[in-house]
Amino acid sequence: MVMKRIIPCLDVKDGRVVKGVRFQDLKDSGDPVELAARYDAEGADELVFLDITAGIEKRDTAARMVAAVARAVFIPFTVGGGIRTVADAEALLMAGCDKVAVNSAAVRRPELITELATRFGSQCVVLAVDVRRPAYGILVAVDAGRTLTQLTMGAWLAEAQDRGAGEILLTSMDRDGTGSGYDLDVLRRASRGLRIPLIASGGFGEAGHAVEAFGAGADAVLAAGVFHQGGLTVRRLKEQLAREGVEVRPC
Amino acid sequence: MIGIVDYGCGNLRSLENALEFLGLESRRVAAREDVLAMDRLILPGVGHFGHAGAELARRGLGDALKERAALGRPLLGICLGMQLLFEGSEEAPDTPGLGLLPGRAERFADPSLKVPHMGWSAVDFGDLPGAAYFVHSYFVPAFPAGREGEAATARYGRPFLAGFRCGNLAGFQFHPEKSGAYGLNLLKEALAWS
Repeated sequence: MVMKRIIPCLDVKDGRVVKGVRFQDLKDSGDPVELAARYDAEGADELVFLDITAGIEKRDTAARMVAAVARAVFIPFTVGGGIRTVADAEALLMAGCDKVAVNSAAVRRPELITELATRFGSQCVVLAVDVRRPAYGILVAVDAGRTLTQLTMGAWLAEAQDRGAGEILLTSMDRDGTGSGYDLDVLRRASRGLRIPLIASGGFGEAGHAVEAFGAGADAVLAAGVFHQGGLTVRRLKEQLAREGVEVRPC
Repeated sequence: MIGIVDYGCGNLRSLENALEFLGLESRRVAAREDVLAMDRLILPGVGHFGHAGAELARRGLGDALKERAALGRPLLGICLGMQLLFEGSEEAPDTPGLGLLPGRAERFADPSLKVPHMGWSAVDFGDLPGAAYFVHSYFVPAFPAGREGEAATARYGRPFLAGFRCGNLAGFQFHPEKSGAYGLNLLKEALAWS
């Protein structure tokens, strides 16, 4: 069967990792290659790089970073941020990443999902979805979660799947950065109609949160802060999960 | 020198990076003479069986690969490249495979399974069990009965052929170049034997 995946997420700006990475023994904690290799060695099953400065003018910087990571790390990795066209995605995939993630641009122009899936295959296309829970319902947010749309999570996931998205990276913006656990209700509702893998994101703080997320239908869990700050290593998390009876790749 | 067959079916970059990391020299080959001459040859492949089979035929590489195999020269198929070593696939019933081994690829049919099978699954190479990274919708059910060789099985709803070594032929259904240190080790071993 397929093992549950643990995915560290790295935020990148101008080809450098940003946001609170605190490994003591890293020479350069901003070097995406060094960090990626570190997570690979610790047993990460996959990596996600989100380029928060991405845009057409930054495409070369991003492609150079992707090429450098691909020469050093031999697990699958996804790159997202600012991908608006097939050409944007192609530059990154040719540089050596395995999948691209699209978010706001796909909400604005859903055909992007179809175009990417047709050109590269669904297995290369990750749809990142940021959701918030206002007074009622679960709604999709765009622009790094700042702008709430009227699109419901259920409607968007169903459309994305039909258009050929290969995987859903679902972030609960209400939980992001809190360490209080994934939003299990959101995960349960999301996984109900999905035939494609679901990655839970937003709220990870301890091993129990991952166990709960898998129980709620997630195929993988993504986390950033807790790994970067050394609170928990991927290896220790996997040992704890294995003890809980979750099938993970031994590291 | 290791040749990687370049026939327009998939991105070869990851495989090249992995070989470079292992300190192995490689180059892309697209001409029949090179397919015959290289010490080691990898047939990669991502995409549709019908498209890949047609591309090999159109470029005259299908016959060159068969000739190479008949000469007993090493050939390693990866992912779709492994399936192409067999007789055919349910994905494109009218496209013949290279037919170097008996058997046909089938599609995962269990409606409760997410297809493609994507992610890490256990593989049981006798001397080296571990977990490898798969991305595929079709599979070869088992190593051909009566053939001498070693085979590894993985499970996704049902058992299927994860990899094998049989004389000069070897194959991996998973991506050794994306299976971490374990995969790199398998790749190195597969390219080292003579």
